[in-house]
Amino acid sequence: MAAFLQQVVSGLAQGAIFASLALALVLIYRSTDVLNFAQGEMATFTTFVAWSLMNQGLSYWPAFALTLVIAFVGGAAVERIIIRPVEHRPEIVIVIVTIGLLIALNGLTGWIWGAEVKAFDSPFPNETTEVAGVVISYQDLGVLCVCLATVLVLWAFFRFTTLGLVMRAVANSQDASRLMGVRVGWMLALGWGLAASLGAVAGMMAAPTAFLDPNLMLVILIYSFAAAVLGGIDSPVGAVVGGLTLGVLINVLGTYVDFIGGELRLPAALTVLLLVLLVRPQGLFGHRVVRRV
Amino acid sequence: MSWRTLLRKSIAPALFVFAVVVVALLPRFMGEFRLLQFTLVAIYVIALLGLNILTGYSGQISLGHGAFVGVGAYVAALLSLGRPGLELYMLDPPDWIPIGDGMRPVFTIPIAALVTGFVGFIIGIPALRLGGISLALATLAIAVSFPILMKRFAEVTGGGGGLNLNLPETPFGWDISTRHWLYYEAWAIAGILFVAAWVMVRGRLGRAWRSIRDGEVAAVSSGVNPALYETLAFGVSSFYAGVAGALLVIEVSFVNPDTFPVSLSILLLASAVIGGLGALSGVIFGALVLEFLPVYAQKPPLLPFDFSTQAPSVVFGAGLILIMILLPGGFAGLLRMLAGVFNGAVRRLIEGGRQVPVSSTRRNG
Repeated sequence: MAAFLQQVVSGLAQGAIFASLALALVLIYRSTDVLNFAQGEMATFTTFVAWSLMNQGLSYWPAFALTLVIAFVGGAAVERIIIRPVEHRPEIVIVIVTIGLLIALNGLTGWIWGAEVKAFDSPFPNETTEVAGVVISYQDLGVLCVCLATVLVLWAFFRFTTLGLVMRAVANSQDASRLMGVRVGWMLALGWGLAASLGAVAGMMAAPTAFLDPNLMLVILIYSFAAAVLGGIDSPVGAVVGGLTLGVLINVLGTYVDFIGGELRLPAALTVLLLVLLVRPQGLFGHRVVRRV
Repeated sequence: MSWRTLLRKSIAPALFVFAVVVVALLPRFMGEFRLLQFTLVAIYVIALLGLNILTGYSGQISLGHGAFVGVGAYVAALLSLGRPGLELYMLDPPDWIPIGDGMRPVFTIPIAALVTGFVGFIIGIPALRLGGISLALATLAIAVSFPILMKRFAEVTGGGGGLNLNLPETPFGWDISTRHWLYYEAWAIAGILFVAAWVMVRGRLGRAWRSIRDGEVAAVSSGVNPALYETLAFGVSSFYAGVAGALLVIEVSFVNPDTFPVSLSILLLASAVIGGLGALSGVIFGALVLEFLPVYAQKPPLLPFDFSTQAPSVVFGAGLILIMILLPGGFAGLLRMLAGVFNGAVRRLIEGGRQVPVSSTRRNG
């Protein structure tokens, strides 16, 4: 039982990273109806920025904070410069633009920092603690806390501030918001900025255990997509629940089903996802899209 | 039919004949290495035709086309090795694989195509129920899972080491090298499949696909069954991918999981877009870009220095974004635009400067 709970806890830590990135995807999806395929590469890029900052002698948390700011500005800039010109074009066009961004950023990261794996410091002690017979590493605990704290801060922002309210209004109806005098374009840019910061958190939390290379977030992005779709692509709560569930699921499946083992986790997780979606296409918490003719 | 319509109608066949002549004469001016590169271009043309049918005509994004090429490649490799070939690899093929003594490579192509088409059709049934975004995710997942699965089931696929084949010999006692034979074989098949795709997208099938792409509700009300036609598009595009995979494995006589990374799938989509979605003429350009851009972006001609090995990705990505913003029709769209300008200029010249509205030569298809 203790061994099982241990897998659950490390699954939760893994899942918290998926949840952060999934939330970033949902954030953008809700406001712009775009699934941002470049979200993972944006996160990788900012994680490398954090690595460079720390290499310049900055200690962890200042570098962390500075990276969030850089990510925010970068994300907003991406929306203004790259997404805006195709804003009103068909969905497929915008998706392809984000795929272009994925390819370009992946190449750029490799170009600037090289393809070799880099060690990324962790702010948490490399020790374990025992709670009721379950061994928990501080690393897992720290990752879980940071990710959940970020999610909470974000929730409070959307729930209690005027700016958050305005952004929710934009996600709800751009036309109505524009008529109310909201500068919709800037709100969208703000959303992209927040999503990029969220992605940066995920990247910096993933890097110490997954090691830092230009493909750091590729697999994590797919899990996060899966988490977002599982939770319902338009539901922030769903993204978090989906992420945590998926994290636990792959850890438990990988440990206890021999056939799956370490290698087949990804295909197994996606099969589960596919089955859920066939029964409930809108995901666990999502809204069914009603089409009127 | 006025002579002008006649002229316009004959442009496409004329261009096709021109392309055939160029392809036939090209080997005279090339060494073995260039020949190999241009054979790969033919293979990419086939893969991109399939992807264009799926994404360009039926409007569904596939980020997993590379995996379907991989399925075709593995099927062809297994068929041409046969059971004795696998045992030579110290592999123990399970009994359910009915592979005998190995086939001539060229005969593996149609079987690989049919198997891949069937696999695509089957995967398409649940995947298409998801629609739009989930489909992109599902295909991306397939692309990521494919190399993992090939490594995992090593008793059939040879695992990470992959499978080696022998280069086939030129048949019929023809007096050309194997590379030349493979070049003509690949381009002949590419040509046939190009015409087949052209026939498909011009006819009933293409109309149904485009109607779903441009408005599903309207399509349904006109009696088009979206699920059927979308799955069919998936099957057809996988069939094309299977042919490409089989030809690839014959040409490079080697297959392993890392031949089909996720980036292959993504770059295939990028090239399809650069060539032009929803227009077959751009496919050749897309294939040329896919083959030669990685080489020339790294070692730019005329410039005295090399770029990083990552430069091709940056150029590909930036190019993709710029094309989507500035030129959504891709290369084919550019051609069409130029043709329109040319047409208008000729008309003005003929009609002696009278104000004539320039008729749009844009056609949906």
